[in-house]
Amino acid sequence: MSALAGPSELHRQERPGRAGGPFKEGGSRQFRTGQFDWVSFLGTGATGLATLLILAILAVILGNVLIHGLPYVSWRFISTGTAGDMFDVNKAGILPMIVGTSSRVILMTIFVLPVGVLTAIYLTEYARTTSPLTRVIRGAINNLAGVPSIVFGLFGAGFFVRFIGRELDGAFYRSAATVWGQPALLWASATLAVMTLPVVIVATEESLRAIPQGLREASLALGASKLETILKIVLPQAVPGIMTGAILAISRAAGEVAPILFTGAAYYMADLPRSLHDQFMDLGYHVFILSTQSPNVDKTRPILYATVLVLLLLTFALNIVAIVVRARVRKRMRMLQ
Amino acid sequence: MGLRRGHRAKPLEWMAEKFIFLVSLSAILMIFLIFIFIGREALPVVFGKMNTALLQKVIPVSQMDKMTELQLCDYLGLTTEQFKSMDHETLKMLMELKVETTKTSSENKDASINTAQWRYLLGPYQWSGYSRPEYIWQPVSEVPKYNIVPLIVGSLKITLVALLFSVPMALGAAIYVSQLARPRVREIGKPLIELLAGIPSVVLGFFALIVMASALQSIFGSQSRLNALCAGLALGFSVIPVVFSIAEDALTSVPRSYVQAALALGASQWKAAWQVVLPAALPGVFAAVALGFGRAIGETMIVLMASGNASLLSWSMFDSTRTITATIAAELGEVVFGSAHYRILFLIGVLVFLVTFLTNLAADLVMHRLKGSIEGKK
Repeated sequence: MSALAGPSELHRQERPGRAGGPFKEGGSRQFRTGQFDWVSFLGTGATGLATLLILAILAVILGNVLIHGLPYVSWRFISTGTAGDMFDVNKAGILPMIVGTSSRVILMTIFVLPVGVLTAIYLTEYARTTSPLTRVIRGAINNLAGVPSIVFGLFGAGFFVRFIGRELDGAFYRSAATVWGQPALLWASATLAVMTLPVVIVATEESLRAIPQGLREASLALGASKLETILKIVLPQAVPGIMTGAILAISRAAGEVAPILFTGAAYYMADLPRSLHDQFMDLGYHVFILSTQSPNVDKTRPILYATVLVLLLLTFALNIVAIVVRARVRKRMRMLQ
Repeated sequence: MGLRRGHRAKPLEWMAEKFIFLVSLSAILMIFLIFIFIGREALPVVFGKMNTALLQKVIPVSQMDKMTELQLCDYLGLTTEQFKSMDHETLKMLMELKVETTKTSSENKDASINTAQWRYLLGPYQWSGYSRPEYIWQPVSEVPKYNIVPLIVGSLKITLVALLFSVPMALGAAIYVSQLARPRVREIGKPLIELLAGIPSVVLGFFALIVMASALQSIFGSQSRLNALCAGLALGFSVIPVVFSIAEDALTSVPRSYVQAALALGASQWKAAWQVVLPAALPGVFAAVALGFGRAIGETMIVLMASGNASLLSWSMFDSTRTITATIAAELGEVVFGSAHYRILFLIGVLVFLVTFLTNLAADLVMHRLKGSIEGKK
């Protein structure tokens, strides 16, 4: 769009320069040229095109899923189990996957929120910004955000399942049976909690920083202690920000498959998970199974598309809610300051 | 906070403060635990303690009772837990089995090689039946071959395709959205591009596998439908939002006065963006590309689904390719706990973690410096 607007804008900007005679051309960077500025035109065009192309990719992916998936998504599809054959187009349902994904995500939120919020409180309210320790904590958070999801999967298998799970079994169950020392809902949620910790910390911190310093000072001046100020003045103001963090974490975790491959996801289960040490079926993992292990890809394509659509709707709905909440928080904070 | 308290903190308050402090160390703790618990599983291979050789010293079954528990475990390759769950008869059968396999495998001239040694992990070797030394990843065969070079090459190749495709596009879009576009376009464009980050990687993998693969094959006429190009392009889709949002942030954080000064000197908007803003934000752009690299090399589901997963050592974009991450995802579910194969999968996991850790660290340091320099100039 702006590629078309480009040239006219250029002329508008160049004219005053040319008219202002006393300016001499030269210097290390020569900005003005006599003729039409092809470089600027092409540069603006190319970057604009890149933007358009990215948006086109997004549109193609979403459109493709929507067109092929929508006709098959029905109430029956999302409210029934797999009923024996999960590759049967007419009988397959994805209720167990929706239940599995929801429960692992809810458990994860319970684990990650307290830790993330407390860390953010420490970083904004207590830590000195210049201290090396603060710098290391921030570095660790940034680094944790960039650890590949498969590494979290390995970590979950090595730490939660093999180490903590085995130790629990050894301590509480005398028999040789493994109860906790195997992939389970609890371990998948814990692994995801570690993965989404930076998301919650960053979002909470942002909302804490946006609260005017004057509010804290007023509270302290009235004789409240620091902890009281944080609990009664600062935290209530930060609730929308914390919610944004939680929603972003959930939408990130809901679509992740690699971390749960070895920590809890099951290929097939006849029942819904009943306890924390059960395995579970998962929406994302089911998409993987349907697209790679199906006995007849063409035949099962409707289930595949419909499952993808449900997964996308879930993560996108969460994302959009987070974006809206965050925009409102930022606006209110700007008004306060 | 600038205010000093006039009274001593109450014990409860003191405890709460310490508790909050301890919790805030959790991110550091997690990084440590990841290192320790992934490294722990890989250690025996690192120090060459694993032995995968089929041909070992055979102990006659009659000697069984004279051996200690530990010796038996070691000889049969059992963990102590497995050992405890077996009775005498089962152990005896295992001993007999061991004698049998040794007899049959002694015909294979590679049978006496311990393939979990470093020189077989990294160097080429001429296995029996091959005409020249080769790098082979073939963990499930009579003589398991664990050469990780094909996997490293595969990871690098697909990452390269993804970056070549996504970095120019993401940077171009970042320049356009942050410097050139009108405010309205900017307000809509930015969240839309970031929405791309909200697409789960398994969905991108599905899209590459079901839609893109056939289309690309009909365009390029490649032999294998799933190849490095297909996976690399889909991987690029997941890298674009990472590079875009960090580069866009860096470009936006350059003080507005820079642009205004350039425009006042008669520069066009494009020249102000290209010659003034971009150089000022260059460290941020570097960080964006580094994080994009980290994202690409660590991504699992897309490459697992769209790359074809054949562990060939080739730099061709049209060959089926297997990456480190896809190998872990595909094989860890089926390996025997504690076996050499299991440990080598953790070893390559450590490798991926180290690479991303270092890129993240570099990006973090550069970003920190950029922040300092821009805040200083304001």
